[in-house]
Amino acid sequence: MNVIVEKADLTLKYIAHYNDLKELLFKGSSDIINVRRKKAFQDFVSQGIPTRKNENYKYTNLHPQFAPDYKFVIQREETDANLTEIFKCNVPQINTHLNLLYNGWFYDKNVKSGVLPQGVILDSLENMAKNNPELLQKYYGNTAETESDALVALNTAFAKDGYFLFVPKNVIFEKPIQIINLLKSENDTFTTQRNLIIVEPGASAQLILCDHTLNSNRYFSNSVTEIFVEENANLDYYTVQNQHNNSASVNSVFIQQERNSNVTTHTVSLHGGFIRNNLKIKINGENAEANMFGMAFLDKSQHIDNATQVIHAKPHCQSNQIYKYVLDDKSTGAFSGRIHVARDAQKTNAFQRNNNLLLTDTATMQTKPQLIIDADDVKCSHGATVGQIDEEALFYLRARGIDEDKARMMMMNAFAHEVVQQIKVEALRERIDELIEKRLNGEIALCHECDYNCEC
Amino acid sequence: MLSIKNLYVSVEGQEILKGINLEVKAGEVHAIMGPNGSGKSTLANVLAGKEEYEVTAGEITYFDEDLLEKSPEDRAKEGIFLSFQYPVEIPGVPMVNFLKTAVNEHRKHKGEKELTAGEFLKLMREKMDMVDMHPQLTNRSVNEGFSGGEKKKNEIFQMALLEPKLAVLDETDSGLDIDALKTVAHGVNMLKSNVNATIIVTHYQRLLDYIVPDFVHVLYNGKIVKSAGKNLLLSWRKKATTGLKKKTKIKNECYC
Repeated sequence: MNVIVEKADLTLKYIAHYNDLKELLFKGSSDIINVRRKKAFQDFVSQGIPTRKNENYKYTNLHPQFAPDYKFVIQREETDANLTEIFKCNVPQINTHLNLLYNGWFYDKNVKSGVLPQGVILDSLENMAKNNPELLQKYYGNTAETESDALVALNTAFAKDGYFLFVPKNVIFEKPIQIINLLKSENDTFTTQRNLIIVEPGASAQLILCDHTLNSNRYFSNSVTEIFVEENANLDYYTVQNQHNNSASVNSVFIQQERNSNVTTHTVSLHGGFIRNNLKIKINGENAEANMFGMAFLDKSQHIDNATQVIHAKPHCQSNQIYKYVLDDKSTGAFSGRIHVARDAQKTNAFQRNNNLLLTDTATMQTKPQLIIDADDVKCSHGATVGQIDEEALFYLRARGIDEDKARMMMMNAFAHEVVQQIKVEALRERIDELIEKRLNGEIALCHECDYNCEC
Repeated sequence: MLSIKNLYVSVEGQEILKGINLEVKAGEVHAIMGPNGSGKSTLANVLAGKEEYEVTAGEITYFDEDLLEKSPEDRAKEGIFLSFQYPVEIPGVPMVNFLKTAVNEHRKHKGEKELTAGEFLKLMREKMDMVDMHPQLTNRSVNEGFSGGEKKKNEIFQMALLEPKLAVLDETDSGLDIDALKTVAHGVNMLKSNVNATIIVTHYQRLLDYIVPDFVHVLYNGKIVKSAGKNLLLSWRKKATTGLKKKTKIKNECYC
């Protein structure tokens, strides 16, 4: 009985936070955002913070993450972060348009690195609401349903800012856009980041997102990103998560893609205390392709959960998913992937695979590959494996004079290799390779060139 | 070089080797023959240091040191090379990385300078010619998608790169056609010298037509039941031929 009360209390606590901050939340935000906010709050109240009885959160216990008394960031803050130091953290030899988010807010003193192609907008959601209300009206809250996920509802209820990217018709980006989200605060902090990406017909862009924590306070980051990829458009969307063990992150991405479009997502969870990634792709036009790749490296008592959904709504489309986990110590991992082929989506090709490597007897992995097929002429496959390092292969390497540790490392790298090689930005691929090696070596994975030494 | 005394080995509680004695000196080629299940591969794997083989009695010394105390990687670096009966495929580990790491680990152990990428590639090309390896194979992952013959050639290629003092060839001839067999034998013969030794484990004698052993040992039911010079082969060959004839005869009778 007590437990139930406690859980209800936790939801009440966030309801109270909302009511306390209500005035500030509504103030200065666009009506479009505020209308959604009202509804989202009601949706949050009716759902409550999901418990493990909720099938979608069966293997991820959110409650301990919601328990601390967080400070909410509902106003743009001045930062004392030293930009020159942070800029050391970026991927070397990679030429990007670099922008920062600070505790979920688009940093207003972003230095322009190069000129963006004509018509491209990369700005804060707040500014966008002022300058392009028609776009906001058309897209905001369109795919991120607040009725079916309390975390999305909570995000929409607290949403103030995030980044907004608009790539107009037929504009092709050579240089990737890199957005680094920094978490730094004097208190334990709850951040709400709300992003919107629109890639117009025939346009093409690459986006690299990096999450970093800059000090050892507790963070809960609840972000929602809505992405619209129009006809004949391309988007490569890379996420590199590198946060300390005291941080929690729920990251929900909704992608809707139209005819002949191509979307590739890469979610590299290098380090993080508690991570839940929701990725939902709706393929809404013929001959479109979606690729979803993911890697997760866990040790100590870290927890990483990837929940993907791909909805084939139209015929002649293709989707591929490969997610790989390496779990050490007492870490726990979860993967749940669902492919849904709608009734008329004939000639669909959909593949999904989740492979997991357990390095200890105490690490656990829960995996749930799912297929729902309502059409009759499709090719679909899904599968999952959980295993240890192949001892035969290990012996083979050792029998050639390679030390056991090094041989293990080679095997782990080999395991991740399949996913790493899918990264199209070469400098990023090399960088990720290097970081994975450091991570697997047990060196602090947090960006080693960063001057902030978080002791976690 | 190698001295095996009264060696008993069990796998999962089952005794496989029951008192093996073997002396191998530099410059010698030893053939170990015997039927399936006699313990030949067990002996080869024990020499390389495979952990699931439990030595219950006896000793192995290698250059007057206790071999059984050493890890597989140390044995390899000190010159023991096992050519695997079934080389494993290791997807994701590129051949070149694997070979370069192995060669450099050997060099480090000997106190030599590690090879640069350029130097290594040069060495690799040289050795590849020796065993007639297709250059494209080195662009793949270790043994991945190799045919049976290519896998065996790859073993001899690695042997050429690592220049072992004691090479143990475990059924290197099985699954090879006559051309591949000749190439493999040629490779082994090229690498032979008066400072290294070779142990050939096989249950066919056709490889021994191309690599002439100095000693032949017959292993049966975990024991060496006969050891002799290469003359043993001749008498054995006769027996094998008669055996075959008998079988054919029976077959013929059945058709009548």
